[in-house]
Amino acid sequence: MQRIRIRYAKRGPLRFTSHRDFARAFERALRRAGVPIAFSQGFTPHPKISYASAAPTGVASEAEYLEIGLQATVDPGQLRAALDAALSPGLDVLDAVEAAGGSLADRIEASHWRIELPQVESDVLRAAVKAFEAAPEVLVERLTKQGRRTFDARAAVARIDVVEAAEPSTAAADAPSDERPSGVPAAPCAILDLVVRQVTPSVRPDDVLAGLRVVADLEPPVPPRATRLAQGTLTPQGEIVDPLEADRPEAPIGER
Amino acid sequence: MSVATGAAGMRAAESVWPQLEQLLPQVSKPIQYVGGELGAVVKDWDAATVRWALMYPDAYEVGLPNQGVQILYEVLNEFPDVLAERTYAVWPDLEKLMRAHGVPQFTLEAHRPVGAFDVFGVSFATELGYTNLLTAIDLAGIPLIAAERTDADPVVVAGGHAAFNPEPIADFIDAAVLGDGEEAVLEITEIVRQWKLEGCPGGRDELLLRLARTESVYVPRFYDVDYLPDGRIQRVVPNRADVPFRVHKRTTMDLDAWPYPKKPIVPLAETVHERYAVEIFRGCTRGCRFCQAGMITRPVRERSITTVGQMVRDGLEYSGFHEVGLLSLSSADHSEIGDICSGLAQQYEGTNVSLSLPSTRVDAFNIELAQELSRNGRRTGLTFAPEGGSERIRKVINKMVSEEDLIRTVVTAYTNGWRQVKLYFMCGLPTETDDDVLQIARMAHEVIKAGRAATGSKDIRCTVSIGGFVPKPHTPFQWASMERPEVIDNRLKLLKQAINSDKSLGRAIGFRYHDGEPSLIEGLLSRGDRRVGAVIRRVWEQGGRFDGWSEHFSYQRWVEAAAEVLPQFGVDLDWFTTRERDELEVLPWDHLDSGLDKDWLWQDWQDALSEYEQDDCRWTPCFDCGVCPSMDTQIQIGPTGKKLLPLTPVNPGLRAPARA
Ligand code: B12
Ligand code: SF4
Repeated sequence: MQRIRIRYAKRGPLRFTSHRDFARAFERALRRAGVPIAFSQGFTPHPKISYASAAPTGVASEAEYLEIGLQATVDPGQLRAALDAALSPGLDVLDAVEAAGGSLADRIEASHWRIELPQVESDVLRAAVKAFEAAPEVLVERLTKQGRRTFDARAAVARIDVVEAAEPSTAAADAPSDERPSGVPAAPCAILDLVVRQVTPSVRPDDVLAGLRVVADLEPPVPPRATRLAQGTLTPQGEIVDPLEADRPEAPIGER
Repeated sequence: MSVATGAAGMRAAESVWPQLEQLLPQVSKPIQYVGGELGAVVKDWDAATVRWALMYPDAYEVGLPNQGVQILYEVLNEFPDVLAERTYAVWPDLEKLMRAHGVPQFTLEAHRPVGAFDVFGVSFATELGYTNLLTAIDLAGIPLIAAERTDADPVVVAGGHAAFNPEPIADFIDAAVLGDGEEAVLEITEIVRQWKLEGCPGGRDELLLRLARTESVYVPRFYDVDYLPDGRIQRVVPNRADVPFRVHKRTTMDLDAWPYPKKPIVPLAETVHERYAVEIFRGCTRGCRFCQAGMITRPVRERSITTVGQMVRDGLEYSGFHEVGLLSLSSADHSEIGDICSGLAQQYEGTNVSLSLPSTRVDAFNIELAQELSRNGRRTGLTFAPEGGSERIRKVINKMVSEEDLIRTVVTAYTNGWRQVKLYFMCGLPTETDDDVLQIARMAHEVIKAGRAATGSKDIRCTVSIGGFVPKPHTPFQWASMERPEVIDNRLKLLKQAINSDKSLGRAIGFRYHDGEPSLIEGLLSRGDRRVGAVIRRVWEQGGRFDGWSEHFSYQRWVEAAAEVLPQFGVDLDWFTTRERDELEVLPWDHLDSGLDKDWLWQDWQDALSEYEQDDCRWTPCFDCGVCPSMDTQIQIGPTGKKLLPLTPVNPGLRAPARA
């Protein structure tokens, strides 16, 4: 069985797809694209798809990963193009490589997030971030399926910075937001750059924002927009490495 | 109407996405408001001459699978100068936010405000969508009352089955279309197109007049209703010279010429039916006397096995769905249903494609079909609809099924491996007594006993599902009185006791029911006249929304609104619901022509009372219901003798489908 690992994005309006919504759309895309997907054995066979990650509903992502098992060998490049065409624009298949072994999930140690906070001044955000960094622990609450849980949102944060927004060009700012490149928000808009380690319970952008509320009363007037820019292994230098790198044929043997 | 209002109109069509986007993180299931589905069509606003917003007035999850809207959407969008977008009812959480932030009712495709379109077409499969219509009109910034609208407002057109009596919503709509929509929407489009190209002469009034003159678009404001002192209608007459006395339904003949949907909309959000559905025929002449759908969609028009096969093939390839629904009012009645089912089962053997058929007929043939359909492993539940518990009541409603047939059929199902069957019934039927309903319990007991005897197993079950009867316009029961909710609820209680009177059998029988109250309100809305509009409005003002959902429906609110509003007209809720009408009473929909001859309907009502059954005109001679001669239509059925050929995979390997 050929195994292929895929990186996909959830962009623009389609960031509101939940993980279940994506999973249904992806199974239909496999059929539309004629992908020779393998099925599990048993009374109700399931297509072999395993998800390494699931960005929360409403959060955009440039780096979600999954793995599929196939009954026949296909060219990963062609597979990527076919699947991308079979999905709605906004659910975009960015990369596909044949698995070279190891586990995809094990390579996901941290996520790089970018959070836009429209109508928040950068200085205000900077002050909040400072307070957050200074705190030894920031307890936040989240409603989970098991009920209300309290946990620390601070320890998992490997890096938290306020980045300067590039001066938005007026033309881009006036365009409807779904046509606007996602990096160019309408001013003022503070931007948070965040690297969070994969822990249990997972700390999500929401939790960090809740933490900023706890430590600095930061209440964004409109809902912030989060995007996962990358996820993968975390180097000692704090860089995130694409988990598919290790699968690429040209990757140095040692990294496989 | 941007052409008419120039630059101002253009601005009005700007996307509301930037504002909406900020509200979505605060609502449940935001994906339903986003659009972007496969099959959705986004067109250039300025390049279009005629722009339609189409709505199914319920939540996305219920509205999206409706074929009517999908078909009209595709038919309209195939014209280069026509643009059609969709909108659905927004849930109260979003409605509240939209009101607070001034975001209007929007379409999914390009998030345009509904108020900017030329035509706002709303599809009513049921009257329970009326309050949601008011929400949508109001959120769109369109005046609620049609008479108060200006040239800048869309023309609000109702369609679908409930539009066969649009009188309760006459104040709120500009027009209604009876019957099939494929050709009707194109005719309306052509009239709007011409009128706009001429520079909108005469404004809205002239446009509505041109629509009315087709004799198949009903414009309520051109008709006056006079009442008798006792509250009954005296007459409904045109209030201007050039509109027809009666408005006729539309019938699309030759379904093979209309193979829609070709590119079904594939939802991203979860919906009640995730499948490629193809109508295998329209119309039904089984003649169940309670069934409005059967009466108003005559005659039967089959889609040929060849077209069905082609549509399934293209539809699956396009959509990626793995379930096929063969839709109609009684799918097992297609003249080539056996060949369709076995042909499709063969074509998709070894794939994970499954077929389903909303089966309701009670005979062994249905089980053969069901077996054919479960070849691919999946075994869907079997449902039979005897509708009435006693032989007598089944004669009244013209459901020609004997108890022996039913038991034999269900036992065949059990011996073929089905462990669970569902039986559908109605409560509150004309002439019904407690005993008729209690017979349901006896029947269910017999089913379980026979099933246990035949299988030697105790592991078989049946579910009795029972709904309230609602008399509908254009049916033989349009004159009937409704039973009071207390009576219905008591019968259901007695039935439940009777089912459980034998512990062992009772344990194998599930019992699902709707209580009587919602049915009474459905009854008010389905046989109401224009005076009921004030009740709908009152309920809506008091917060009434999503009346098809038990968690949102409030009987109390309807009763109070009726008590507040109706006395001024000298009538009340009972007058509309529990009152029997007599032969000569002018019914609110008499000027709306479904093709059925009123004398024939009355005769069929009398036959019902004398428990006389009526055969089906597909296999016995025409019984002169009136439809074919008055609508100039005829029965279109097979068999064609054609078979579905095995599919040869055209191009195995990857394909990159064109992005819709
Ligand atoms: C799929 C289905 C559902 C699904 C999906 C929702 C939907 N309505 O599609 C579900 C399971 C959710 C459902 C639920 C219900 N359903 Co249902 N459903 C059907 C079914 C099987 C198919 C509907 C369909 O797609 N038809 C095919 C299309 C092409 O027909 P159409 O919608 O009527 O559209 C044509 C014309 O009416 C017209 N038209 C329609 N809209 C418009 C709009 C304009 C502007 C114009 C010009 C023309 C136009 O043009 C179309 C093409 O010709 C029908 C049975 C049937 N075969 O029709 C029952 C049916 C429509 N349902 C019915 C009922 C009663 C219900 C419920 C009320 C049941 C309940 N008690 O809960 C609920 C109400 C749901 C809701 N709140 O809206 C009844 C309606 C009774 C009647 N008045 O005749 C039907 C006819 C079944 C029956 N035999 O009794 N339903
Ligand atoms: S007119 Fe005759 S043939 Fe046509 S639907 Fe009625 S009974 Fe059937």
